[in-house]
Amino acid sequence: MTNHATPLSTRGSVPSPRAVAVAGIVLGVAAFWSAVPPVAARSPLAPVAIGVVAILAGVWAVARGVRRVGWGAVASGALGLGLGILATRSSAANLQVVFRADLVAQLLVFATPLTFGALGGMVSERSGVVNVGLEGMMLMGAFWGVYGADKSGTWAVGLLVAVLAGALLALLHAVWAVHLRADQIVSGMAINFLALGITGYFFEQLYHKQNIPAGVSSIPNVRIPGVSGWGFLGPAIGDLNLLVWVGIAFVPLSYLVLFKTPVGLRLRACGEHPRAADTVGINVYALRYAAVIVSGMLAALGGAYLSIGFGGGSFSENMTEGRGFIALAAMIFGNWRPFGAWGAALLFGFSTAVAYRLPVYSGSAATLFQALPYVLTLIAVAGVIGRSVPPAADGRPYVRQ
Amino acid sequence: MSAPTATVPPEQEPSPSFAVRLGVAQRAGGIVVPILTAVLAFLAGGIVVAATGHNPWTAYRGIWQGAGFNWLFHVPWDTNTVHLDAFNLSQTLLVTTTLILTGLAVAFPFRCGLFNIGGQGQYLVGLIVANWVGVSFASWPTLPHVLLGVGAAAAAGAVWAGIAGFLKAATGAHEVISTIMLNWVAIWGGQYLFGQGGPLQNTQNPAAPESGAVAQSAHIPVFWGSPELQGLDVGFFVALAMLVVFWVLLNRTTLGYEVRAVGYNPDAAAYGGIDVRRSYLVAMAISGGFAGLAGALDMLGYLFQFGTLDVQASQIGFLGIAVALLGRNTAVGTGIAAFLFGGLLYGTTRGLDPNVFDPSLAGNLTSMIQGLIVLFVGADIFILYLWNARRKVRSRRRRLHEAAAA
Repeated sequence: MTNHATPLSTRGSVPSPRAVAVAGIVLGVAAFWSAVPPVAARSPLAPVAIGVVAILAGVWAVARGVRRVGWGAVASGALGLGLGILATRSSAANLQVVFRADLVAQLLVFATPLTFGALGGMVSERSGVVNVGLEGMMLMGAFWGVYGADKSGTWAVGLLVAVLAGALLALLHAVWAVHLRADQIVSGMAINFLALGITGYFFEQLYHKQNIPAGVSSIPNVRIPGVSGWGFLGPAIGDLNLLVWVGIAFVPLSYLVLFKTPVGLRLRACGEHPRAADTVGINVYALRYAAVIVSGMLAALGGAYLSIGFGGGSFSENMTEGRGFIALAAMIFGNWRPFGAWGAALLFGFSTAVAYRLPVYSGSAATLFQALPYVLTLIAVAGVIGRSVPPAADGRPYVRQ
Repeated sequence: MSAPTATVPPEQEPSPSFAVRLGVAQRAGGIVVPILTAVLAFLAGGIVVAATGHNPWTAYRGIWQGAGFNWLFHVPWDTNTVHLDAFNLSQTLLVTTTLILTGLAVAFPFRCGLFNIGGQGQYLVGLIVANWVGVSFASWPTLPHVLLGVGAAAAAGAVWAGIAGFLKAATGAHEVISTIMLNWVAIWGGQYLFGQGGPLQNTQNPAAPESGAVAQSAHIPVFWGSPELQGLDVGFFVALAMLVVFWVLLNRTTLGYEVRAVGYNPDAAAYGGIDVRRSYLVAMAISGGFAGLAGALDMLGYLFQFGTLDVQASQIGFLGIAVALLGRNTAVGTGIAAFLFGGLLYGTTRGLDPNVFDPSLAGNLTSMIQGLIVLFVGADIFILYLWNARRKVRSRRRRLHEAAAA
């Protein structure tokens, strides 16, 4: 959307401003990374030098009209520079605690439910139905997933039950949003309250306030042979949960479906201009139903990951603890795009993972760090760094004529 | 055709705002929709209770008793002591106080076409500021201390909601998204402030992630029950007064007129010379003031101390959404709905006799009923359809009778 004016005859020797800006963002991260393990440069020279290059790349891109990504590169460079200098001043032992190689693994652990939720929200909103009920759909997936796995003895059945439960709740949302033309935010909030009540009630009823029995079949980890030996990569990605990989696979998959197939085009048409879509013979109602139900299924997968994925077969009341809302934030922060949403989910996962380790420096600062995703999203919707633009017909019921 | 038609009111626009349709439904259904909504939600809740092998009648009667409603009606078969009923009712009214204000915090911006989901965050901000004022200035006399705490908390709530209003006015950022985000910033901010090493943590016990206790001078006086046993404080009357303020503000002032005009149709309001952006900002700020006030009355009325776990567990601001929607965003409706939910909330948790019905089940039943009520209110068309279908069936049956008689 930002490079719409790219001339066709860009000379091969000059890189596009957008590419430079993206490189600037990566460099900003690298500026910080240079000062922490495994590289752990002890002199502030490296982060300063790389950070300045990142800022310059950003400024160069902004000057050429790539505002959003360009300012992102400037911010990334400045942050990388500042945090990098801070890191070189802190003790090596503390750094070792915060930035062990499994930080990447933990980042992915925290990002996975957000990825599923954000992709789910994106599918629904791209079809024109706002989904504030992601939190509730995730919660349903979490509880019924562990229930299914417990009663059947296999995690696969648990996943199936979770997806069905999420789809059922999503169906309710779809009926309200599409047929009853209810306010979608009102019904989304209702879905959240309802899911909180249903899961809590049945958890008490079925497990009588005791915990889920130990040894519930849970989703296995994928051990990549060979990789586990490689220094940094081994602990980072050598032994991750199956759903982590599924989540990552869903990102390009949803991109392909949404942007490269006829179905995706029709879906987006329903979200941008349902009247036009209807005129050319697209069944707006059916597509919106399908999109909301898929959205519930994806969110439920994210929830199931919490209970029978890295949770190892456990549940507690209100287990999702607002992750559905962070997923919503990630979707908005990622501008309703699969890779954007994933990037935001990774960023939020990173901030959570770091927050869990920051207490070696200061416990209270670590708590405050948890608010970062929400502040970033506020800034994003306010349009300081390029406005997040929802689909044009997002949240508007469509009346067939 | 004497029978009213059962068809759904046809809509001119592809998507009239929810506020507009609520207005239409209000004229069409009046008080029918909220009552039907509540009845349906309680019925559905009862079905869940019955389906899981409990007796819904005893469950609901237990909740009724737990809420202390017996004290009002003195149901003849009740064997409880009058004292326990009185205590339960005072507790229900304490919850009602909060719910009236968090309900108004949703209802006021709703009349301006804004959906404030941030009542929880604004409530927490009010709670935090009231705690800070209450712990500090301990040498002050009671009246100025309480007034300062209440005023500062309401102002803080107004500022917190004002952020969302400002973003809406200045950049068009959707208030639902920004208020959700502000909620979580407030929740984590509260955990930081009250947590270990936080600036507002108590000084006596550094291991406990709790706030300091509010000084005696900042306690709001109790008028019913004992101050030691969490009696009902005069904050209840403040909440009732706010219902009147809400009504006057909305129906008898220029500001209220502008807010309602923007709520019905922002474009027409702008055409008529109303500053729509200013209305958004003002409506959100006033709404935040209500929620902040709720936090202050809770903190200075009976909580006095708050821990990080309480910050996480608190849901009362979210319940304001259900209160306002069930009360149709009117003053009287919000008051009644707050009383209903106050009873439900207290009657399903601490007030409920565990031998009658398990409070941990009942607490979740409240969430379910709350969800169902919001769901049904959102589907006003559905409820009106049911209502009209019933009249249609009845009139058809009457026509059949007449035909048979003739």
